[in-house]
Amino acid sequence: MVTPDLISSLYVFILAAFIGFEVIRRVSPLPHTPLMSLTNALDAIAVVGAIILAGERKSNLALIFGTIAIVAATSNIVGGFIITDRMLKMFKSSRTQKP
Amino acid sequence: MIPATHLIEATYIIAVVLFILSLKWLSSPATARHGVWAGEAGMLLAIIGTLMYHGIVDYKWIAIALVLGAIIGVPLGNVQMTAVPQRTALSHAFGALCVTLVGTAEFYLRTPNVSAFVMSVLSLEVILGGLTITGSLMAAGKLQEWLPQRPITYKGQNFVNLGMLAIAVVIAVMLVRNPGQTHLYPFMVGIALVFGVMMIIPIGGADMPTVISLLNSYAGLSAAAMGFVLNSKLLIVAGSLDGASGFILSVNMSKAMNRSFTNVLFGAFGQVQTSTAGAGEAKPVRSATPEEAAAILSAANKVAIVPGYGMAVAQAQHKVRELYDALTKRGVDVKFGIHPVAGRMPGHMNVLLAEADIPYDKLLEMDDMNSEMAQTDVALVIGANDVTNPAARTDPGSPIYGMPILDVDKARTVMVIKRSMSPGFAGIDNPLYYLDNTLMLFGDAKQFVNSIVRELTGAGGGH
Repeated sequence: MVTPDLISSLYVFILAAFIGFEVIRRVSPLPHTPLMSLTNALDAIAVVGAIILAGERKSNLALIFGTIAIVAATSNIVGGFIITDRMLKMFKSSRTQKP
Repeated sequence: MIPATHLIEATYIIAVVLFILSLKWLSSPATARHGVWAGEAGMLLAIIGTLMYHGIVDYKWIAIALVLGAIIGVPLGNVQMTAVPQRTALSHAFGALCVTLVGTAEFYLRTPNVSAFVMSVLSLEVILGGLTITGSLMAAGKLQEWLPQRPITYKGQNFVNLGMLAIAVVIAVMLVRNPGQTHLYPFMVGIALVFGVMMIIPIGGADMPTVISLLNSYAGLSAAAMGFVLNSKLLIVAGSLDGASGFILSVNMSKAMNRSFTNVLFGAFGQVQTSTAGAGEAKPVRSATPEEAAAILSAANKVAIVPGYGMAVAQAQHKVRELYDALTKRGVDVKFGIHPVAGRMPGHMNVLLAEADIPYDKLLEMDDMNSEMAQTDVALVIGANDVTNPAARTDPGSPIYGMPILDVDKARTVMVIKRSMSPGFAGIDNPLYYLDNTLMLFGDAKQFVNSIVRELTGAGGGH
């Protein structure tokens, strides 16, 4: 039951979780809101699973669920990147600020 | 067709690198926007790579769905900054919806030939996904004030909630043992969906930062589980990055509210509330007019402004910016003390103040602000309550005892802008208001700050 695929997936999961902890621990509280919208946009990479599901069209259920899933994920990708960039653009230091 | 699969894998590997760089660059304000570009580039590459997959027989619905998703996404990316908490909750719901739908379709395609391991992660995927869909929609509804914000509690609530979760897990175990029992599957997802609603019912507004972080973490974990089901390393990485981020934020938020992490993990928020309603007896408070407040502020050398959710509700951030300008022009040193749980989501106050063009180096974290508090002449509290309550330091009987607060009471003078003396959501009386060095400024935050600004800029008499 335990396949090599599964083992390598577990390695990837553990390593990615550690990288996530180490990278995100360094983010100061200042951009915590953009952090959340950015990770949410990245998380919408689930769209690749939905694209294959809808594209393979193995059943009507797969096509319908896959299509709705693409819509949901794409709206997160587009909306998430737009709002993250809008928020980050607003953060200005007093040294660089124009009067 | 071998080259195509290699090419697809190559785009995925580059996407993984770009995603990690994206988060790394976010940690410094100078490179933060590069982080967004890296994320976008990685996403685009991965989607293009996936579209090359030879198993795709029909592109029509994919194209329609991508366009429709983009059409919905643009307005969601352009909401007002004050609506960011509910937008974030909604996006967690969308992410979880995608994951749950894909998991469900995969189950019906593969049953009964599902290995025990795949069935286990698939169950985890759809249970976490299901409760995140409805939980996030409930949270968004409360934040948008479509649903009552007050926490609703009843006897045995935790028992009912944990019982429901236990039943979902039992069904999952039965499916793992025999994945052919397709009639059980809808119950598992259905219970997860109901559980999401029940989980958020006892949550009040003040707990929202923790809850949103937790739902963020669940959305990430369910996506990582989906990666295991589809054997997609790309999804596992993206899901665990999101899960780790949400987890770290949840731990930060629960520390900032002095809740244990298990308390948060089991969704038992909102429990400490309603224990001490405001004591009825009227204690004397001192109040001041905008003119007096302006005089005190302009005589100060150092001013600390402590904003809270009330500032967001009154949309007062732009007036606060005018106050900051007027005081800075008079040579007053103005800084902002930001409590981690001020507002309705992590970083909420920073975004609102940045929107009002207040430079981010004036926004201090709680500990940094507290170390300057003793040398501060005036602490001005705008729409914040519990995060300034000295009972958290001094009164072991208080429900918020032990919670780290902004020590505004240590400033020479404290001024609190507040609508009335009624205790806030948490129903906890704030002894700060009765201190000798406290002046209450009664009124709407936006109007009161505006009156102070008019006094300071000399425009007060012209009306």
